[in-house]
Amino acid sequence: MNLKPLYSAVALSTLFAASASAAELEISLVNLTHGNHFTPVLVAAHDTDTQLFNAGDMASPALQKMAEGGDIADLDMAVADAGGVSIANLAGGLMAPGQKTTMMEFDTQTMTHLSVVAMVLPTNDAFIGLNSWMIPTTPGTYTVNINAYDAGTEANDEIINGGGMPGVPGIPAAPGGDGGSNATGVMDASGNDKVHVHPGVLGDTDAAGGMSDLDSRIHRWLNPVARLTVTVK
Amino acid sequence: MMISNLNRGPLKLLLCAGILAAVSGCSDNDNPAPTPDPAPAPTPAPVVEHTYAVTVTNLTANQPLSPVAVLATGSDYFAWQTGEMASLALETLAESGDSSAYADMEAVTMLATGTGVIMPGMSETINITLAEADVDSLSVLSMLVNTNDAFTGLNRYSIAGLALDESVSMTANAYDAGTEANSEFKGTIPGPADSGEGFNAERDDVDYVYIHPGVISADDGLADSVLDASHRFDNPVVSISISRTE
Repeated sequence: MNLKPLYSAVALSTLFAASASAAELEISLVNLTHGNHFTPVLVAAHDTDTQLFNAGDMASPALQKMAEGGDIADLDMAVADAGGVSIANLAGGLMAPGQKTTMMEFDTQTMTHLSVVAMVLPTNDAFIGLNSWMIPTTPGTYTVNINAYDAGTEANDEIINGGGMPGVPGIPAAPGGDGGSNATGVMDASGNDKVHVHPGVLGDTDAAGGMSDLDSRIHRWLNPVARLTVTVK
Repeated sequence: MMISNLNRGPLKLLLCAGILAAVSGCSDNDNPAPTPDPAPAPTPAPVVEHTYAVTVTNLTANQPLSPVAVLATGSDYFAWQTGEMASLALETLAESGDSSAYADMEAVTMLATGTGVIMPGMSETINITLAEADVDSLSVLSMLVNTNDAFTGLNRYSIAGLALDESVSMTANAYDAGTEANSEFKGTIPGPADSGEGFNAERDDVDYVYIHPGVISADDGLADSVLDASHRFDNPVVSISISRTE
């Protein structure tokens, strides 16, 4: 796949368009899950050399911090350091199941790619992840499905214990107030320590014990878990 | 281009005929008019129709699909919107497989339905013929019948640009209508796994459309479930192809 000529063609047309060098986008996101919240959503526009994560690679410490505790500050700073632009906290806080954000204006300047991440709660280290989606240059409305990834940094024991700091086992919280307690913990036999597609949570129907503090009737999901709508003006 | 020219054709003919009539009506010539050759009767422009073949293939392990409903609509009609409430017609389809409520819907130009249930691994092709002026968008809907309220399909897919003999194919995910709790209890699932109840007006789930989380089944720890491991599914659940055949 030879993308080089395409890039130069884009660059040329951008030059000729002079004042239109900045890409004006409108974006909105919908949480497609039944019972999972998203922590503050980071939307980043960046160049081809920047990635927030890549499936098959080890998670960066900044990604781990986001996936285990929902803190996007380090990732946001990394985007800025790489010359990118971002919307930190798209929904203005936690994003509830079924919630749709209002259309948000986003001036992506000369950045060519879009990435989106947020932690999925209640989980150990699941996150919604869009990696380097090429921003179209043709005006129109585009729909992008987003899957859930596992950061590969923490065992999925499904115990809600407030543990949200990187490296601390457990799940920080169930924002829907629908988590259980006193679980013995799921034995996670996965040996994959790279970022990978999340296998989904197990859960059980025993809120006061059992293997998991998650509820299998509420907290399970199938991909896609979120949908991004991008309008290129 | 082609479409707009064709649309204007009959209109132009009508206008010409009107002008001719007006001109001859204004004539005050006393001379007996020469017997006019019988004007060639304008042949009524035939209504141009397009036929689309919609093929749905069931990709699940053990989820028969209710007879497929193909809805021809304008571009402003959505069969569903994620994060928003299901319509009564969608609730009915997703809980019972019955799509008849779409027949009377003002937004639906035409409803074409499949002849029967599509079993896992099987396909059915539904043909829908539309006057050219009505060609805009299709939605496709079907229930996964061994569930409380799972459905799949296509939402407002534009066929306006599909040329003769051209076809497109895609896969689709399973959605949850959000109108009935996924209890998996005996008596709540209309498919062969249970032969239970279909539509129920009560809405006891989150009441917005979302991506179905999959069924749990008794084999995976939901003690009261009538479903077993074979009823579980993952996305995508169907493949859909649309071709313009006429």
